[in-house]
Amino acid sequence: MSPRKLLYPLLALAVQATLAGSASAQVKAGDTFPSLSGAGLAGAIPETAGKVVLVDFWASWCAPCRASFPAYARIQGEFAPRGLVIVAVSVDEVQADYEAFLRKFAPPFAVVRDQDQRLAAAVGIPGMPTSFLLDRSGKVRWIHEGFHSGDTEPALRRELELLLTEK
Amino acid sequence: MKTGALLFAIAALGLTGCASLQPVRVQPWQRAALADPIMNPGRDPLGKQMAEHISFSREAASGGGGVGGSGCGCN
Repeated sequence: MSPRKLLYPLLALAVQATLAGSASAQVKAGDTFPSLSGAGLAGAIPETAGKVVLVDFWASWCAPCRASFPAYARIQGEFAPRGLVIVAVSVDEVQADYEAFLRKFAPPFAVVRDQDQRLAAAVGIPGMPTSFLLDRSGKVRWIHEGFHSGDTEPALRRELELLLTEK
Repeated sequence: MKTGALLFAIAALGLTGCASLQPVRVQPWQRAALADPIMNPGRDPLGKQMAEHISFSREAASGGGGVGGSGCGCN
């Protein structure tokens, strides 16, 4: 076989192998969110069965995350009686930073730590912070990356109003 | 010719080894060091202005850094 004849099959093989290796898992709207209890998170995970759940990935070094906590505290106070559960998942590598942040903000919602970043990797979060709003059956209905005080909170409230009226 | 074809085949097969090389992407949860204020070159406005002035004077060029001037390096 001449080198020219050999070239194309081998190149095709190389391209195929490259493409196969580049596929990445990312949770999308409509997907079932991975189980929080099976993710090896440190901290108490609240009961989420039959509830609308907001899973928020954050870190103490992330400035928009700081802005998001007071907003989530307001939302928790308003929507928790109607069936919302907020679970804030920290991806902090340094435990002392994580603890200092919690002392400062004292969030009224559940906070857990994904110390090995296993859940963050499994979900494939695109940036910090990223929040996933899950319906009562555990399906992802809304994904939001970043936090902009003027835009994110009203958008989240709209989504919550829709989801909480669903049975 | 046979040796050439064999070498070519080996080299081409070696390319498949590149399949495991993915572009390096710092994951969102690995950006704590990048988010440190020390990574911001503009955190000290006076220091930034001085550095820009020195840069455009020494490089005999202006623009790009938001600094006006003729580019002659005389100021």
